[in-house]
Amino acid sequence: MAASIWVYADQVDGRPAPIALEVLTKAREMGEVDAVALGPGAAAAGPELGRHGAATVYADEGSDYREFLAEPATEALAQLVALHGPDLMLFGATNDSRDVAGRLAARLGVGVIANAVDIDAGPDGFQITVPYFGGTQLARVRGLKSPIIVLVRPKSFDASPSGGSASVKVMNLNVNPGSRRARITQRVEAASEKVSLESARVVVSGGRGMGVAENFTLLDQLADQLGGAVGASRAVVDAGWVPYSTQVGQTGQTVRPAVYIACGISGAMQHTVGMKHSKLIIAINKDADAPIMKLADLGVVGDALEILPKLIAAVAAARG
Amino acid sequence: MSGCPPGLQVRCLKLAPRNTLKIVVTVKQVPDPNVPGHLESDNTLARDGEVTLDSGDESGIEIALRIKELGEGEVVLLSMGPAGARDAIRKGLSMGADRGILITDPNLAGADALLTARALAAAVAIEQPDLVVCATESYDGSSGMVPPMLAELLGWPQLTFAKSLEIADQIARVHRQTDTGYQVVEAPMPVVVTVTAAIAEPRYASLRGIMAARNKEVKQFNLTELGVDPTGPVESIDRVELAPPRSPGEIMVENGTAADRIVALLRGAKVV
Repeated sequence: MAASIWVYADQVDGRPAPIALEVLTKAREMGEVDAVALGPGAAAAGPELGRHGAATVYADEGSDYREFLAEPATEALAQLVALHGPDLMLFGATNDSRDVAGRLAARLGVGVIANAVDIDAGPDGFQITVPYFGGTQLARVRGLKSPIIVLVRPKSFDASPSGGSASVKVMNLNVNPGSRRARITQRVEAASEKVSLESARVVVSGGRGMGVAENFTLLDQLADQLGGAVGASRAVVDAGWVPYSTQVGQTGQTVRPAVYIACGISGAMQHTVGMKHSKLIIAINKDADAPIMKLADLGVVGDALEILPKLIAAVAAARG
Repeated sequence: MSGCPPGLQVRCLKLAPRNTLKIVVTVKQVPDPNVPGHLESDNTLARDGEVTLDSGDESGIEIALRIKELGEGEVVLLSMGPAGARDAIRKGLSMGADRGILITDPNLAGADALLTARALAAAVAIEQPDLVVCATESYDGSSGMVPPMLAELLGWPQLTFAKSLEIADQIARVHRQTDTGYQVVEAPMPVVVTVTAAIAEPRYASLRGIMAARNKEVKQFNLTELGVDPTGPVESIDRVELAPPRSPGEIMVENGTAADRIVALLRGAKVV
């Protein structure tokens, strides 16, 4: 019998999160795929999920899923698992899904395989690929208890429609009112960026090697010239140099631009998992042995603060 | 803080019906981020290079100390790991935390997130704090799964990715980081809160703090004492291999030509 695979599809007002479609695209290669969508708009998300490979979409429109963190969704999924018993449950690694996957696993007494970048379905089950040590090593991991719960890194797979259509089963699950505890009372959107980091063709990122926050103006200048966006490592976001919205990495954005320029970033795994699939990686770092140099197509051993002004001038000259 | 004029939060807290908070902060000894990591022959993370308190945990300790300093209370550090993890606890105690608990047991070597969460939950159940503060994810394991598992096992709500935290009237309220901004989220205590490093710049331990930490209590438990059965693993690693290298990169030492070389590549990529 083909394995039963579920994808937990984050959605807002009927629009599935991009990662839900990425994961569905991969999942449909491996077996029968169903999706679970929760919250207002869940049913409306069904057709798009179907176009990407979901055969059945279990949809519950309850407002609790949107208003409260993690617990109502955990309840709903636990009920659905008890009814249908999927073999593999795939979650995109968004903040919301991370919360839900962890709670659900503890409730079911199973593990979570986090940071997955690939999944293979073999004759003896699923093998999940997890990068270690800045992605220099790949572990092939197997879940020993069912369901196997996996958190998939964003942009591990390219989303593409299969042309399928889903049967949308609208449910009204009986979620325990006791799960209404962590209440979202307000949503605040930050002012929009000039060029969105996620979709920029060029990302110019800085880390500790930029010395002080003020030196990020060099990155702003270069990014402006190239029509790109500025990114940052967790270290400098933590230090308060730049806002969290610029953070590239495990926590933060995953980017896949045509060109990624890493300035004064050593390349801890926290960072590299968020940028290693960039098409062209240029690193400028004083330390020739920094992990980022092993990822880079061009690694320049030198001081970013000295090279960036020259680079800005050279780009200006090249553009005439 | 409900009903508190800005600036009067300290006084308000003191007037609250229950003003003694007990906060447990989970802490972890992790490998030095500056030393390349590796796996043991049994595919568990090598722990030999462990020398430092996870910097994310320092932020958790800091916010716990600040909350305590607003009123009255106690900050208890909880760690699971080999005997050497006592050093991580000592470092937190020297920042000002009151006492520590170390869970150490041979059966915990290579423990996965679920077993870790079960051990921590057993210790938290003994302490019965109002609040458990965890870093969003550890520097080394990076799965971020222990805090939500811990919350579920305790039957508590969770407030995650917090960049601010305040307490009033048995309610914890956070600003929860999102990709595009933040959410204001609140939950009744007891609650598990995961914090980002943005929440508070950790203080340095003073000499007095370091001296005082020597005399602070660090209780030690094994799994039997906590009543935790180390069940079998929930996952296994088939094999570990080197990632296929990207097409071997070019390394150049800056000699005045780096900018031109980069521009040539940018042209090739059609972004100039």
